[in-house]
Amino acid sequence: MLKILKYSFFDLIRSRWSYVYLLFYLLLGCVLLFLNNDLSKAIITLMNVIIILVPLIGTIFGVMYYYNSKEFTELLLAQPIKRSSIFIGQYLGVALSLSMSLVIGLGIPFALYGLFQSNEIWDFVLLLVTGTFLTLIFTALAFNIALYNENKIKGFSYSILLWLFMAVIYDGLFLMSLIAFQSYPLDSFSIGATMFNPIDLSRILILLKLDISALLGYTGAVFQKFFGTGFGLFISIGALSLWVILPVYNIYRKCRKKDF
Amino acid sequence: MINIEQLHKRFGKNQVLKGVDLEITKKGVFAILGPNGSGKTTLIKTILGMVIPDKGKLLVGGIPINKNWKYRDQIDYLPQIANFPANLTVQELIEMIKDLRNHPGEDKKLIALFKLEPFLSKKLSNLSGGTKQKVNLVLTLMFDSPIIILDEPTSGLDPIALLHLKALIKEEKAKGKIILITSHIMSFVEEMADEIVFLLEGKVYFKGSIEALKTQTQESNFEHAIANLLTFDHA
Repeated sequence: MLKILKYSFFDLIRSRWSYVYLLFYLLLGCVLLFLNNDLSKAIITLMNVIIILVPLIGTIFGVMYYYNSKEFTELLLAQPIKRSSIFIGQYLGVALSLSMSLVIGLGIPFALYGLFQSNEIWDFVLLLVTGTFLTLIFTALAFNIALYNENKIKGFSYSILLWLFMAVIYDGLFLMSLIAFQSYPLDSFSIGATMFNPIDLSRILILLKLDISALLGYTGAVFQKFFGTGFGLFISIGALSLWVILPVYNIYRKCRKKDF
Repeated sequence: MINIEQLHKRFGKNQVLKGVDLEITKKGVFAILGPNGSGKTTLIKTILGMVIPDKGKLLVGGIPINKNWKYRDQIDYLPQIANFPANLTVQELIEMIKDLRNHPGEDKKLIALFKLEPFLSKKLSNLSGGTKQKVNLVLTLMFDSPIIILDEPTSGLDPIALLHLKALIKEEKAKGKIILITSHIMSFVEEMADEIVFLLEGKVYFKGSIEALKTQTQESNFEHAIANLLTFDHA
C-alpha cells in the first residue's frame, strides 16, 4: 500500500492543480491577514471559507483522480498487489496531498505573521485539523461515489450534489424543521442532525474552541450546554473520525467485490 | 497449472460465461478464440482476478484464486488496450512496475529489441499506438513468470516488431511456459498456437490442436475451419 501511496502522491504533487490549490491558500491567507490585521478574526473568516471550499475541492479532486487514473488502476490490478491496497493507497495519496496543500498554504502566511508568538496558535491548529478531516471525509465519499458509478458524468453529478447537499441544502432543511417543530424540544434532534453532517460538525468544533457565543447558533449553543466545551470538542472530533472511518471501510469492502 | 470448472459470470442482464470448463496443464501456446463478445476477455480477466466470477472454481498453480492475490506474481499480463498513466515517462513506468513487482526484470534487452531507447524519456501520452503497444510488451515480457497471458498482442505492431514478438513467444515457449493468447489474426494464431480453445456463447465449444480442428470440420484451411465452426456446427 505504501508504494501505491507514494506513486499517487508524487503523481499529484507534480500536477499543476496541486500548485494552484496551494497558491490559492497562500494568497487567501496573506489577503485575510492583511485586511483583518488580526489573527483571531482572520481565523474566523478562514473557517467560513474552509468549511465550504475544502469539501468541494476534496470531492472534485477525489472523483477526478479516480476516473483519470482508471488505466493506471487496471494496470495495477493485474500485478501481485492486494486490491484494497491499490484503492486505499490511491485515496490516501489524494487526501494527503490535498491536506498538505492546505496546511502549507495557510501555514506559511500565518507563521510569517507571528503565529507562534500569539495565543491563537491552538485555534489555528484546530482549523487545520478540521480542514484535514474534511479533506479526508469528502475525498473518501468521492471515491465511494466513483466506485459505484462507472459513468463519469453520473459520478461527477452525484459528487457535486453531495457537496451541495452537505454545504447548503442540509442547513436549509435543518432550519426549516427547527421552525416547523419549534413547539417541541429539539435539543437531541439538533445534536443528532449535526452529527450527520461533517460540515456542520466542523463549524461547531471550531466555534466551540474559539468560544464565540455570538456565532455559535442554536445547535452550537445546545452542544455547549449539553456537553460543555471540552467534552463537546471531544464528541465532535469523535464523530468526524467516524465520518472518515466508515467511508474508507466501505471503499475497502466495495473494491474487493468490483469487476474491472 | 490453470484449472477452471463451471465458471459463470453475468454483467447485469448479460450472461457472459455460462459454465466454462478448461484445464491447462501442459506447457505450450494456447489460443483462446471466439467471435466478438464470446467472453474471451472476461475469461482472461477472471483468471487474473480482475473480474470476480459468480460461480465456479478457478485454480492457478493448484491454489484457488479467490481472495488471494499473491498468485498474480506467476502471471505476466498484456492488456488489450494499452492505456497508461499519461503524465509518466516510459522509463518511470518501467521502473515503477519493477518496483511494484519486486523483481529486477530484463527490460534493457527488450527495449533494445523494440528500439525504444529514443522514447524512454517521453511521456506516455505522446506515444503512437504502436509504440505504446511495444512499451506494453516490454512491461509484460520483462519478468520471467511461468504463465503469460497476451490479449491481442499484435494490435498496432509493425512487421518487424511482429517478427520480434513471434520470436519472443517461441523463446518463452521453449523455456516451458504456459502462454495464453487471444487474437483475431488467424495466420498469427495458426503459426504460434499449439492448441485452440474456442469459446462460443460463454462455453468452451472446441478444445484441441489445429490438426484436430481441421479434421473435425473437414477443412484444409485453418481460417475456413474456424469459420466453419461458427456457421455450420452451431447453426
